[in-house]
Amino acid sequence: MFDPALADIRFGCGLSPQIASATSASALLEQLIAPDDAATRFPILTYEAYQAQIAEFNVVSQDFAMKRNTPEAKDALNARKAKRRDMAMQAVGWFGQTLMRRTWTDQPFRERLTAFWADHFTAAGKSAELRSAVSPYVESAIRPFIAARFEDMLISAVTHPVMVSYLDQNNSFGPNSTVAQNRDRGEGLNENLGREILELHTLGVGGPYSQDDVRQLATLLTGLTVDKEGNPRFLRRLSEPGTETVLGREYGGDPARLNHVHDALRDLARHPATAQHLCAKLAVHFVSDTPDLSMIRAMTDAYMDTNGALMAVYEAMILHPEAWSSAGSNIKPPLDFIGSSLRALALQPATFEEMRPQRLRASFQLPMQLMGHTWESPNGPDGLPEADSAWLSPQGLAARLQWALTIPGRLTRDLPDPRIFVETALGPRVTQAVRFAAEAAETKSDGIGLVLASPAFQRA
Amino acid sequence: MTSSQINRRRFLLNSAVLGCSAAASPLLTPVSFAAAPWDNRLVVIILRGGMDGLGVVQPYGDRDFATLGRDAPDKAMDLDGYFAMNAALAPLMPMWRSGELGFVHAVSTPYRDKRSHFDGQDLLEAGSAQVGGQIRDGWLNRLLQQFPGLSAETAYAIGRQEMIVLNGDAPVTRWTPESDLTMSPQAMKLAQLVMQDDPAFESALSQAFALAETDGDAIAFEGTLREMGQEMRNDMTAAMKKGAGTRIAQFAADRLAEEARIASFSINGWDTHDNQTRGLAGALGQLSDALITLKEGLGPVWSKTTVLAMTEFGRTARMNGTGGTDHGTAGAMLYAGGAVRGGRVLGDWPGLEESALYARRDLMPTRDVRAYAAWAMRGMFGLQGSALEQVIFPGLDLGDDPGLLL
Repeated sequence: MFDPALADIRFGCGLSPQIASATSASALLEQLIAPDDAATRFPILTYEAYQAQIAEFNVVSQDFAMKRNTPEAKDALNARKAKRRDMAMQAVGWFGQTLMRRTWTDQPFRERLTAFWADHFTAAGKSAELRSAVSPYVESAIRPFIAARFEDMLISAVTHPVMVSYLDQNNSFGPNSTVAQNRDRGEGLNENLGREILELHTLGVGGPYSQDDVRQLATLLTGLTVDKEGNPRFLRRLSEPGTETVLGREYGGDPARLNHVHDALRDLARHPATAQHLCAKLAVHFVSDTPDLSMIRAMTDAYMDTNGALMAVYEAMILHPEAWSSAGSNIKPPLDFIGSSLRALALQPATFEEMRPQRLRASFQLPMQLMGHTWESPNGPDGLPEADSAWLSPQGLAARLQWALTIPGRLTRDLPDPRIFVETALGPRVTQAVRFAAEAAETKSDGIGLVLASPAFQRA
Repeated sequence: MTSSQINRRRFLLNSAVLGCSAAASPLLTPVSFAAAPWDNRLVVIILRGGMDGLGVVQPYGDRDFATLGRDAPDKAMDLDGYFAMNAALAPLMPMWRSGELGFVHAVSTPYRDKRSHFDGQDLLEAGSAQVGGQIRDGWLNRLLQQFPGLSAETAYAIGRQEMIVLNGDAPVTRWTPESDLTMSPQAMKLAQLVMQDDPAFESALSQAFALAETDGDAIAFEGTLREMGQEMRNDMTAAMKKGAGTRIAQFAADRLAEEARIASFSINGWDTHDNQTRGLAGALGQLSDALITLKEGLGPVWSKTTVLAMTEFGRTARMNGTGGTDHGTAGAMLYAGGAVRGGRVLGDWPGLEESALYARRDLMPTRDVRAYAAWAMRGMFGLQGSALEQVIFPGLDLGDDPGLLL
């Protein structure tokens, strides 16, 4: 049953030499309802605060648009590029904050769940002004909801401007909407967001929905858009008149309102197929690629009994004996690997504060890209793979090994003694082979790197 | 004496017996490569950013070309009396003359109107007809899926950038020369030691060592951490500088000359919104270097090779106010190799007068670029038309054979 070290390795951000592991299942759960200390200590801009930058970017963008065919175009373009670069560099800094949160939090389950749900609701702004808004989106639309009801997070995420932009909802309008009648605009309905809500966010790809449901939900979503300042908007002139039927239930009616969308999202969130989809995904992510079915059933029951209260689902998971068996069957994804390495090293926040964005990129983001995770630049709305085989490729392992051998020693002058580090980083997982390697290594940094690269550390 | 001291001694003794050279160590098991059912080689290069087809293959014979505000055509690079090649491709002129290089003009994916890099590249690599469909894998992977049982070494996705075109259920090998491992011989042995009891790790590590040894420089490195970090940074920055295309192409050629049949990688830098003359020359230089490297590296295998270089969209016909072009629609595709019938600019030319342009601004697409890739694959791998039109490129109309291959 409950095992403090495994709680840190499997549900947290890894073992820390300075921060104690949770000592009970209830302590693990309480991490999620306590005040969010890590967010206070290592702040990331909320989306609402990020909108001030959108406004600044719009000013230089408009200036360039005005001067486009004049001799001043070049300077105006450069000013626009400089602002974009500032925004991108700032986002690199937020990545550093994300790593520091993992290194120093005493609520590590919160960080893992935030990352899990941020990936479940993968989104990245497509337009220039929204391109660096992923961390603010997660900070505002995901993080505050990880212990709420799923439907609240669903509504928060899929109606958020970053998601609306990512899945083209801002280009969609009803074929018989006011906009369609007044203008000769080609396409009209865009099914992208409607489809992904059903396929990825709620029921799951094998779920009980048809192409008609996709189209009806997409039609219901018309009106939802984002304005130039990055505000979420619901514009009636984009909405398709009339009602829509999704999974046999009727929604909407005139005049169209955002609440109609919320009604449908709540029903989708409470659907048994959604419960099954989400609980299985959580079990695969946190426990094993082939999770125990009785554990998923316990989680699904808790979900259905509470209309999707996520705390109840997490509780059902960590109270189930299978959550504590088959230790080491999952492989840490790249962010968990790097985050838990820094936590094991107890890397000081000052080290990060002094690091320029270029150095952060070279030390973390580029290696992570080689490991298979390009930070905040998703391949598609389905996010990161869950299968261990996706991470344990020759290239992925080479990147992890090289990172472990090289970067920690470049980050800090006082690396711990590998013979002590092997015990604190691995805890009860330590093996004779890794102990031997830590001692036999020719340099401190090799010793540290070999501990981090060991399967005992890379598996969760 | 503690047990770990005994172990240490035994370990060092072993090392001495094995010799100093880690590369010669029997711990480095060579990767066994299984054979593919065909001998032809296909290289797909994704040109990210939107290549300006009109700037690369210049239709100077079209009387409206001169009205677009573009640079004077590179007449010295005349191809066929109507089109001229950008001067930055001069090193490829011998390939053109020997029929090993050709172009297709006025082609595009089915992507229209939004002109977003993200969607455009997704569509190009998914090989699908519309954005946001249910297709999540890439068309080259679906090609592999037509031949069950292929080993992962049949196809290589090369480079730091994820190649969605090779994503999917069929196993492929991903590698980038920047993953180049650099460590002391002692650390190599100890890494094998800590992973030897975990079969999945053990296997991935031995493949990684084998691949890293083949891509130019040895893994074993006797230097300080500082020098090792420098080495790692050099590898990373080399990948972003001039010559990155060459390095990747060299690795592709090395693998294709052996067990691999398919390789895919990206060349970036085509998003030439301003100062296009310089930007295009840089990107074309990379492309040209990559093709020459492939030809030289493949040796006799070049005669079995087809290279396709494709982009997500073309650019505006007219120049903008900053000496560049903006996102457009149709553009050009490049094809090369010893297996192609080159020396020709294929495609139906739509003309450049304003009324002939797409949305009065972009070169008009006259054919789906996927049709050319499909016909090439049909010739190389003996695929059925139905597999190409329904599975690999859903919604494609194959149309007539453009005769890309010899």
